[in-house]
Amino acid sequence: MSKKHVVLAGAVMLTASAVALAGPAGGTVSGKVTYEGTPAKMKPIDMSKEPSCAKMYTTPPLVETVVTGSGNSLQDVVVYISAGIPDDAAPSNAAVFTQKGCRYIPHVLAFQVNQEIKIVNEDQTSHNIHPLPKVNREWNKSQPPGTPPISEKYDKAEFIPVKCNVHPWMHGNFAVLKNSHYAITGDGGAFSLVNLPPGKYTVTAWQESYGDQSQEVTISGSETKTVNFVFKAKPY
Amino acid sequence: MGKFFAITILVIAILSAIPIVMHTWEAPADISTHGHLIDEQMSETMAEAGISFLAAQLLLAFFIWQFSNRGTESKLKSFPGGAKALVIAALLVVGVEVLALGVFGVKAWADVYLTPPSASAMPIQVQAGQFAFYFRYPGPDGKFGAIHPERINEGSQEFFGLDKEHDVESRDDIVTAEMAIPVNKEIHLLMHAKDVGHSFFVRELRVQQDFVPGLDVSLHFTATKIGRYEIVCTQLCGLGHYNMKAYLDVLSNDDFNEWMKKEAAMQ
Repeated sequence: MSKKHVVLAGAVMLTASAVALAGPAGGTVSGKVTYEGTPAKMKPIDMSKEPSCAKMYTTPPLVETVVTGSGNSLQDVVVYISAGIPDDAAPSNAAVFTQKGCRYIPHVLAFQVNQEIKIVNEDQTSHNIHPLPKVNREWNKSQPPGTPPISEKYDKAEFIPVKCNVHPWMHGNFAVLKNSHYAITGDGGAFSLVNLPPGKYTVTAWQESYGDQSQEVTISGSETKTVNFVFKAKPY
Repeated sequence: MGKFFAITILVIAILSAIPIVMHTWEAPADISTHGHLIDEQMSETMAEAGISFLAAQLLLAFFIWQFSNRGTESKLKSFPGGAKALVIAALLVVGVEVLALGVFGVKAWADVYLTPPSASAMPIQVQAGQFAFYFRYPGPDGKFGAIHPERINEGSQEFFGLDKEHDVESRDDIVTAEMAIPVNKEIHLLMHAKDVGHSFFVRELRVQQDFVPGLDVSLHFTATKIGRYEIVCTQLCGLGHYNMKAYLDVLSNDDFNEWMKKEAAMQ
């Protein structure tokens, strides 16, 4: 009797560990975002009106409206599932947006509807962050140096440009999304959306200057489907 | 009580005159060609008003000392000629004083605003917007390209809304966040506001001019001393007004040409 139980228990444990080690359940959509043509030259930013920030740079930083990478890739592109999947509840961790060296880090912050965002000021100067939504509630908040982070959230999905009322060159973006399947491209332009249950999806790529593009993809099991996006770059 | 009051008035008058006479708080050295006229105007105003002030306070203190303990029935002397004569005398004295200052000051004003800039003056455009100054140089073609307000995009450093694709004159325009000028060269400043009222003030240059939204303001000056000076906004323009400034670099000709080359490369 006991021997049979031991064998059964062992079999259950083995199966359980096999399932656990099998990797993410569901399919994956991955690919690359690239551009064709000549993108506009990104100009250097002159911060001389704010010496406490200007002195943090040996060479002036560049505008980040269009950030290219190796192999004609586009960075800071938000790739997400725009249709075909139900909305997700907001995660409990906060997305962090930092003001440092009189710039926004990261340039594009993606997070979910009703997820908390924390805005931090690491500079010696005051900032006044002013996101410019069209659908959500518009607000701006002053943040002197050394004050605690600002906590906010948005209740509608939207792509929101962000500026600083005090420093005209500061510019960033919030991508408020409905589900947890999103990625932001880095150098190389690669993205990977995982854990997709079987279904028909619309994958959308958004770049702040070039707009968005969508493609349909169907996932039937745990396969990986490749979806690539190519944006037309403009010299002006 | 009255005598103590008279002495207090005298002491206050003298104490307030001392820092002016002793030049305790001097204006910074003048670095412009027209600035000395403004400084002279300031000194003349101080002298005229100062002497009148001291004389009035002295007279007041004397009368209080002399007549403060008289009863309510007695009357002091009347101004010879009565009230009418007093008003006329006041009008004449103050009128002459103010007119004199105006006449002395007219040349300082005209030098900056009413005389046209010389043909060889360097045009520089200044745009004041919440909360920074941006400058534009016309580039080798000597022409400023058109401003398209709907194309202004500060996030991508397009502060003047230029359309380099369609406007040929704007392709060589040089937009900067600092203003550099060659020393001893007349500068023609073309000023406009992007949004609300601002003001351009460089104290060493003795130039201060408001930006009024909708107006194109023009003035000219020549800087005579190499150095780095602050341009501050002196018209309350919003919550960032305290932080609104730019720097003026007065450079030698060679340094200025090098600076232009460096800025042109960053366009």
